Amino acid sequence: MTTTNTAAITRVTHGSAITESPWVRYLLIVLALAFLAGFLLLPLVSVFTEALRNGLGTYVEALTDPDALAAIKLTLIASAIAVPANLIFGIAAAWAITKFEFRGKTFLTTLIDLPFSVSPVVAGLIYVLMFGASGWARPLLDTTNIQIIFAVPGIVLATIFVTFPFVARELIPLMQEQGTDDEQAALSLGANGWQTFWHVTLPNVRWALLYGVLLCNARAMGEFGAVSVVSGHIRGKTNTMPLHVEILYNEYNFAAAFAVASLLAGLALVTLGLKSLLETRYGSELARSQKH
Amino acid sequence: MTIAAPYTARRMPRSPIPGFPLALGFTLFWLGLIVLLPLAGVFFKTATLGPAEIWSIASSDRVIAALRLSFGTALLAASMNAVFGLLVAWVFVRYEFPGKRLFDAAIDLPFALPTAVAGIALTALYAPNGWIGSLLQPLGVKVAYTPLGIVVALTFIGLPFVVRTVEPVLRDIEREFEEAAASLGASRWQTITRVILPSVVPSLLTGFALAFARGVGEYGSVIFIAGNVPFVSEIAPLLIVIRLEEFHYAGATTIAAVMLVVSFAMLLAINALQAWSNRHRSRNATAAAKEH
Repeated sequence: MTTTNTAAITRVTHGSAITESPWVRYLLIVLALAFLAGFLLLPLVSVFTEALRNGLGTYVEALTDPDALAAIKLTLIASAIAVPANLIFGIAAAWAITKFEFRGKTFLTTLIDLPFSVSPVVAGLIYVLMFGASGWARPLLDTTNIQIIFAVPGIVLATIFVTFPFVARELIPLMQEQGTDDEQAALSLGANGWQTFWHVTLPNVRWALLYGVLLCNARAMGEFGAVSVVSGHIRGKTNTMPLHVEILYNEYNFAAAFAVASLLAGLALVTLGLKSLLETRYGSELARSQKH
Repeated sequence: MTIAAPYTARRMPRSPIPGFPLALGFTLFWLGLIVLLPLAGVFFKTATLGPAEIWSIASSDRVIAALRLSFGTALLAASMNAVFGLLVAWVFVRYEFPGKRLFDAAIDLPFALPTAVAGIALTALYAPNGWIGSLLQPLGVKVAYTPLGIVVALTFIGLPFVVRTVEPVLRDIEREFEEAAASLGASRWQTITRVILPSVVPSLLTGFALAFARGVGEYGSVIFIAGNVPFVSEIAPLLIVIRLEEFHYAGATTIAAVMLVVSFAMLLAINALQAWSNRHRSRNATAAAKEH
């Protein structure tokens, strides 16, 4: 039965029955690559050409400006707090969701993804409503004299919100696939909970963890909308790099705006390079959805 | 038997793995503090306004125009992405060509590039004196500072959502189905429209919904290219920011509440679509397994 089938198929497949003619194939490839080049690569190239339009001198000057340096510093501080916070949360959430059975698990997973479907502007707004001048959580703050909105804590909070799901959503599918056999073996051999976590679970998920941290960090450093709402745009104080780009751009200081933007574009390129490296080298140790 | 053993072990009613109360407790606490409580604040704040005021804000001409613009442009951009995303996914799964790895990494650029950088780069390209804008100028097409510019920015932002959801499904399609269709006398076009497309539809719709949801709330990449003229090119998230800057909190929160309700509905729709898509995939897989 199978032999006759295969014979019939090979006879047919000599034609163009299960693939397209070379011309169609060629046309589709050209169309797809032209779209990608025009829509994705051209904007990237234009960032660097615009940044260097007035020469290297202006470029360096724009990056060493005290306000630019302050913006770079604040961006690094915000992501240095937001990324570890989401890393710890991601591990805890993935541990609870993948190693145990409980009711409402699917709902919890949906809630963790929620920040991805909220507009960045709304993400900023919720903290203004909470901690702003007439915020409902204001009484808590008045006793401690902490400023959150138009200050660094607000920027950190907004950054944590928009990058909230990144680590958890990389870990959950992978740890689900891996099951609990390794942990059960370790425990039955006498390891305690922390030892099992450090020596068994963590090494199993390290590349997925790094992958999540990479994406989380790229978004944390590049976030604009949410941070813009809570920052107050105080130059040299509450401006992150993307906000500094906006200010320079609105002052028609295009070369400087694109110079700072080129740093962020460089960060995006490094992120993509590392991401691609992780996918090709450790693809089998990432979640199924990330194996390209 | 060897397969059954770990399966039953995983289904054990009480997991021997420690750390459940700590992991779940911390997850719920952090989720509540950072995401749920602040989000709930939007609805509490809106609820204090009373139905008449909510209605007068939500139905004001400027708000309606902004919401219509946000949803309309996001819908157009998501449709563009569905068409070109499917094309790109098809070309990357089925064909080989030089530079494939590089282009594949570039597809994720919109995830990694900060939105403000994308915004100013696209504006520079599509402005009347930009590389693309100067080509379109003689044709009488204006992109920058018009609603068309918003569609361009949202298409940039949404592309990877469609490509990355459709790709794995296309890769999973068993070539045997196409061979069977061909051996039964179907033309290549019939095979594509009757065999391949139906199995891709659920994932294509998921990608479309993800791109749409992201587009509705997008802020950073849009405000530079849009022109931001009230009633014409003013998106809903921008109107929230404007109301906040006027200290018109009721106006800001009402628009935010409308957008949040839509985001929640979209999130539920996306979850349902994903469940449908997964069922579809596993059914195809079991059908294929039975054939062998």
